[in-house]
Amino acid sequence: MLEIKDLHASVDGTPILKGISLTIGDGEVHAIMGPNGSGKSTLSNVLAGREDYEITKGSITYKGKDLTELSIEERASAGIFLAFQYPTEIPGVTTMTFLKTAVNAQRKARGEDELDAVKFLKLVREKAKELKVEEDMLKRPLNVGFSGGEKKRAETLQMSLLQPSLAVLDETDSGLDIDALKIVADGVNRLRAPDRSMIVITHYQRLLDYIVPDHVHVLAKGKIIRSGGKELAAELEASGYTDMTESAA
Amino acid sequence: MVATRETVEAVDEAVGKYKYGFSTDIESEKAPKGLNEDTVRFISAKKNEPEWMLEWRLDAFRRWQTMEEPDWAKVNYPKIDYQDAYYYSAPKSDDDRPKSLDEVDPKLLETYEKLGIPLVEQMALAGVAVDAVFDSVSVATTFKERLAEAGVIFCSFSEAVQDHPELVRQYLGTVVPVTDNYFATLNSAVFSDGSFVFVPKGVRCPMELSTYFRINEADTGQFERTLIIVEDGAYVSYLEGCTAPMRDEHQLHAAVVELVCLEDAEIKYSTVQNWYPGDEDGKGGIYNFVTKRGDCRGDNSKISWTQVETGSAVTWKYPSCVLRGDNSVGEFYSIAISNNLQQVDSGTKMIHLGKNTSSRIISKGISAGRSSSTYRGLVSVHKKAEDARNFTQCDSLLIGDRCSAHTVPYIESKNPSAVLEHEATTSKLSEDQLFYCRQRGLDEEEAVALLVNGFCRDVLQQLPMEFAVEAQKLVGISLEGSVG
Repeated sequence: MLEIKDLHASVDGTPILKGISLTIGDGEVHAIMGPNGSGKSTLSNVLAGREDYEITKGSITYKGKDLTELSIEERASAGIFLAFQYPTEIPGVTTMTFLKTAVNAQRKARGEDELDAVKFLKLVREKAKELKVEEDMLKRPLNVGFSGGEKKRAETLQMSLLQPSLAVLDETDSGLDIDALKIVADGVNRLRAPDRSMIVITHYQRLLDYIVPDHVHVLAKGKIIRSGGKELAAELEASGYTDMTESAA
Repeated sequence: MVATRETVEAVDEAVGKYKYGFSTDIESEKAPKGLNEDTVRFISAKKNEPEWMLEWRLDAFRRWQTMEEPDWAKVNYPKIDYQDAYYYSAPKSDDDRPKSLDEVDPKLLETYEKLGIPLVEQMALAGVAVDAVFDSVSVATTFKERLAEAGVIFCSFSEAVQDHPELVRQYLGTVVPVTDNYFATLNSAVFSDGSFVFVPKGVRCPMELSTYFRINEADTGQFERTLIIVEDGAYVSYLEGCTAPMRDEHQLHAAVVELVCLEDAEIKYSTVQNWYPGDEDGKGGIYNFVTKRGDCRGDNSKISWTQVETGSAVTWKYPSCVLRGDNSVGEFYSIAISNNLQQVDSGTKMIHLGKNTSSRIISKGISAGRSSSTYRGLVSVHKKAEDARNFTQCDSLLIGDRCSAHTVPYIESKNPSAVLEHEATTSKLSEDQLFYCRQRGLDEEEAVALLVNGFCRDVLQQLPMEFAVEAQKLVGISLEGSVG
């Protein structure tokens, strides 16, 4: 699905990622953990193609193609989805309108027919119910005045409608209480599929109790310093990042 | 939802071009170039007007000659040579005016079809009565019969002068006086046509009335005159749409709209203005100097202006309400979009004269490219206007870093019981929002159209359905190429 080789990236001329290599197979869930400032969010922005994030060295291959050639929206239509840590408010655009615009923009980009209003409504209602997203929320402008939990549920709802091949979940657990976390994790788990890979970026091990990864990587100072199975997360929880980053140095 | 999708489609199909930039090749009859008393007499004679109408025009013309063009607005344009324009242009077949749509020059109808207002289809399906003003002459008015049954008069201004002179004489110039301002006075002298609406006491106009204005002829000024009178307890919703072909020269448009709203009556006036704005370098485009004013003459009357301004090189326009009757209500909802080198100076005046009068102003200005957009508004509460209320909200959105937005509110209160509120915000279309939308698959222009439509939502909701869709499309088209 995704192959990152010796990736170096800078923001405003400051190097943040300093040689990351990572291979993610179809259907795999990889967790990337690390302390603040380790480059976790930079990695997700680089994958999404955000401008101002400059790749200085290395390569990213997605489904056998050079990902860096594609624009932000081309990546989206090719199946890359970023669940934002801080979803942006879109004033005046209802959640429903936004969802429909996004789904149809991607369908159009892939040369598929747009969904008609009736079919779409049915689909949204079904998915919304699973995520405990109320009808009222769909009528409100996206993310405007949403609670932390509502924002993350809205992100998960978008993911379930857009059916991405590679989902990058950036600190999805931040700002969530345990009940909200469970709802969101349930939604994500339901989307696990043999043809869908995920990168779960998190600071805490807590989220990984609910979304259980196949592989765990520890990121520090722009490099992956350790990789392992899900037990690595538990080890981190016990010893903290400091031990690990120091022993690596 | 559906409209958003259409915005997106419209952006795609228009590909950076002014969609209405075609001109129609129809023989036309013009007054000699230039402006003098003979021009005024020519226009009046062409229209076979009664003596009093001619005198009214000549009086206006003489006054105009003593007036100076105003320069207080925040717009810059080269001096207009009023002698270098035609003041009257009519499709040539004027002598044998069409009796029905079948007789209308098919080329004209084709033009309307390009504009997306197939008259025949509209007659059959939409139930919208259309008075189409092509350059200076009203070409076809549909649905007259059904309206007549309800007692509503909807016709061209010229016809009204012929058929209902007493009404025209009673109300013309009572809202916008002949000497109101330079452009209104010019209009009073040389107006060539426009629309006339009269809704009698207690009648709720059975359909939306609609007029399309289009400037086709080169070097032609368009000076239409609209007069709407709504009697006690009556209601009308009136829609106005404007386009013009692409031309390298600037064209002048100086219209006057007068609304008279009597006791318990209501007028809803909506405009989608999409005159040619000029090209990216500011070449060509319409100078739009318009005087629009409504008089809430009776108690409990209400006038609502909604406008979507996307076109014109220079816009100078302040649809206003005189809240004369007690408990009368004035509303102004505006979206003004400027791109490239467009200049907009627009806003409203709410003049509170009666007791318990209230007004509401929602203005959304969007500037892109190197354009300049100014909101200029006056809220004035006179001595006797006990318990007047106003709420004003002016939001400006900037796209890119070469445009500008200005807000110039004037507030005058001579009565201590008045409650006036003013809110203003200026924001930039954020990188975060654009990134978010694009990450979901929208391209840059779709994202801008969606975000701007969201920004304008409060105002778009005020538009009648059929206009709301068109307006949303325009928002997208007008802002093409404004990012990146």
